[in-house]
Amino acid sequence: MKKTVLTVDDSRTIREMVGFTLKSAGYDVIEAHDGQHALTVISGTKVDLVIADVNMPNMDGLTLIRRLRANPSYRTLPILMLTTEADEKKKAEGRSAGATGWIVKPFNPQKLISVVQKVCG
Amino acid sequence: MTNLDQFKQTYFDESAELLGVAEAGLLRLAPGQVDDDEVNAVFRAVHSIKGGAGAFGFTELVAFAHEFEAVMELVRSVRIPITTDLVDTLIRANDVLAQLVAYARDDGKPPDEFSAPVVEALRRFNVEDDDEADSAAERAPADPTPSNDTEGPETGLVDGTAGTSAQAAGRGAGGLVPVVTTPDQQTYTIVFIPKPDLLLSGNDPVFLMRALSRLGTIAVTCETGLVPPFAHLEPEHLFLSWRVRLTTDAAVAEIEDVFEFVSDESSLEITTEVASGDTDSSIDMVSDADASLKADSVEAAAASATVSATGTVATADRRRASGGDGGLAVHTIRVDLDKIDRLVNMVGEMVITQAMVAEHVRDLPPGSFQDLQEGLEQLAQHTRELRESVMSIRAQPVGSVFARMPRLVRELAGDTHKEVDLEMSGEATEVDKTVIENLVDPLTHMIRNSIDHGIESPEDRRRVGKSTRGTVHLSAQHRSGRIVIEVADDGRGIDRERVLAKAVQRGLIPSGSGLSDEEIDNLIFQPGFSTADKVTNISGRGVGMDVVRRNITNLGGRISVFSAPGKGSRFVLSLPLTLAVLDGMVISVGAERFVLPLTNIVESLRPRHNDLHSLVNRCDVMMARGRYVRLVYLHQLFGIPGAVLDPTEALVVLVEAENGERTGLVVDEVLGQQQVVIKSLEANFRRLDGVAAATILGDGRVALILDVAGVQDMNRRSSSGRARLLAAPPVSPIQTVEV
Repeated sequence: MKKTVLTVDDSRTIREMVGFTLKSAGYDVIEAHDGQHALTVISGTKVDLVIADVNMPNMDGLTLIRRLRANPSYRTLPILMLTTEADEKKKAEGRSAGATGWIVKPFNPQKLISVVQKVCG
Repeated sequence: MTNLDQFKQTYFDESAELLGVAEAGLLRLAPGQVDDDEVNAVFRAVHSIKGGAGAFGFTELVAFAHEFEAVMELVRSVRIPITTDLVDTLIRANDVLAQLVAYARDDGKPPDEFSAPVVEALRRFNVEDDDEADSAAERAPADPTPSNDTEGPETGLVDGTAGTSAQAAGRGAGGLVPVVTTPDQQTYTIVFIPKPDLLLSGNDPVFLMRALSRLGTIAVTCETGLVPPFAHLEPEHLFLSWRVRLTTDAAVAEIEDVFEFVSDESSLEITTEVASGDTDSSIDMVSDADASLKADSVEAAAASATVSATGTVATADRRRASGGDGGLAVHTIRVDLDKIDRLVNMVGEMVITQAMVAEHVRDLPPGSFQDLQEGLEQLAQHTRELRESVMSIRAQPVGSVFARMPRLVRELAGDTHKEVDLEMSGEATEVDKTVIENLVDPLTHMIRNSIDHGIESPEDRRRVGKSTRGTVHLSAQHRSGRIVIEVADDGRGIDRERVLAKAVQRGLIPSGSGLSDEEIDNLIFQPGFSTADKVTNISGRGVGMDVVRRNITNLGGRISVFSAPGKGSRFVLSLPLTLAVLDGMVISVGAERFVLPLTNIVESLRPRHNDLHSLVNRCDVMMARGRYVRLVYLHQLFGIPGAVLDPTEALVVLVEAENGERTGLVVDEVLGQQQVVIKSLEANFRRLDGVAAATILGDGRVALILDVAGVQDMNRRSSSGRARLLAAPPVSPIQTVEV
């Protein structure tokens, strides 16, 4: 069974890069362009991992993580946040929102795949 | 290494859009009027351009975007005031950013010190140097530490192959990581005691163990000693811990990296065992606090390594690209619109066929053919999903049309010597491509009309006590399954006396018609009507609002105007989202069948005698949910014989138009919900009042799809009789009169 990854980013470039990298590593990838959209998309599909950007219009990544965690079905869903800021403060913010881990942009494909494998196999 | 080159086109396309967004946002930025959304949009645009640039190794672009972003961050967090000087600098910065993007796209190098003056200007605003500079240094991936050891740890980390394995021992942030080469395999013992709520952060020890197993050969022992008695067991908490023996040539840092996300509160111990034949038998104990610190320094090294690595890849690809077009896989494809339209038509036919089959099956004796029934239900569901997917291919945000308007407004304001601000909202609202394409002309015309006729000159505005700057607001939103677009201005409003005089003069209405204000306002949509005393080269040229209305009605839409003298006018367009299929309710009146769009229906009910009241002028009303609604007898309106006449024996379907007006339609029966394919009446016959289009039902009969607002208008006119005075053209009668 292929695992499905939902990539949430308002940048089409990043969505495509994440999508391409993970598809080539054998994952199914679906996309959403902001947090609000992600909530709609995820309600219709079984998703094994969410990779969310932090800065997004309508609903940012941290709010998305909080909203997902508030839903019993997504309490243990792995959620990675994609951030350009590698500082501890951002990570702590993400962690307290319920993020599983983080990926620092710009990422290279190997790193992305290895992080994804680390949280969803 | 995956080739990133194929995403460059996307990146440049997207950057072009983002630069446009940023410019538009910056142009609207003015001292004292800060719109958070606007500022955030600019910030995000710059941020996204920087993010993508980092991935492709456009270091100059990243460095500059970072300076720009830092100032936008200050604006966003309201730490510096917005001054004209600041806005000018930001606009200049956006121009430089655009040029740097262009240089990156054309593989060119910007001249030395190209961005320096603007960087300097930006830094003048970046006052909070202290903590900002620190985090900036950390955030800027632009400047990878020059690697004096090119064969060093960077290559090892990026390739992921452990040819030379690095062991992170230092903690110099972003600096070089000293390399300790381990010649052979080592065996480590890893003891991992997770924090109890590990699972609730989405982490799963199973995947961690699998990640470890990818580093070498492992033997895992699970410790169950900490599991409490059943009565105290918290099912979502983790009480297990693990002891792993790992034989690998990977470095400790790589093992720690596996536990990157869980090391902070969990306990992790990594010990080196004496490996057979190994000379060095030092034991490396890593405490918790240390582990996370080291993980950071490893990560910092990885980040800078990424930049330099992608940087080289990018240059290599650039070379290849210059030799020929690298035809690589992309995730968007261009499809001929004809093909999509054929698909839309096919889906339409399929919807009809499905309805037909469903109708036959409905006639089968109940309880028989259970499987067939279930299968058909699924088919119906899938057909609906297919239809929505196909429609979504054609849907586009109206933003593409809106984006043309700021320019238009600026030019028009210049031409007319007026001061006009354009505000826009709801750009993301999606609607069918055909609708979008046909919106450009009407919208352009309406905005011209607003600026030319609506907004007053600065002197006039000052005289009546308004601010000298006029505003035109353009908005879009979804309402009742339609898209509603408004163009509102705060100008002088419609001059009703002049409109009336002109209409009489042109013979459009007899003098002394006694029209209501709304009816007068809507006269401007009459063919051949133009209030401009002199024809300007802006909204004159003999094209009037009647053309706008014709364009809109051709799309199955409606236009109406609301005007308040001295305060402004508001044009409201309402258009269907799609021109192909709709969810409808089939109703019967006499022997006829009609379809009501589901989005208009509130409920259906059978009234009791004491709910019904008759008002003078043959207008019946009904009490429904505490409100009086006007009843419309469809058989009367359309002249259908053999219908049920008494409302208490018929059904009343409560409908609501997009403007919120409710009406009770008296019908014989409600037959059921169904998707119907819209067949244009105009294309095959001609426009009819109160009818949006036609369709073919499952049994092959043709049914008319009702236009609720049109029906309401018809009824109003037939019951009041007054509006008949209007010389309505036979093909497009006035249907926009509001009560």
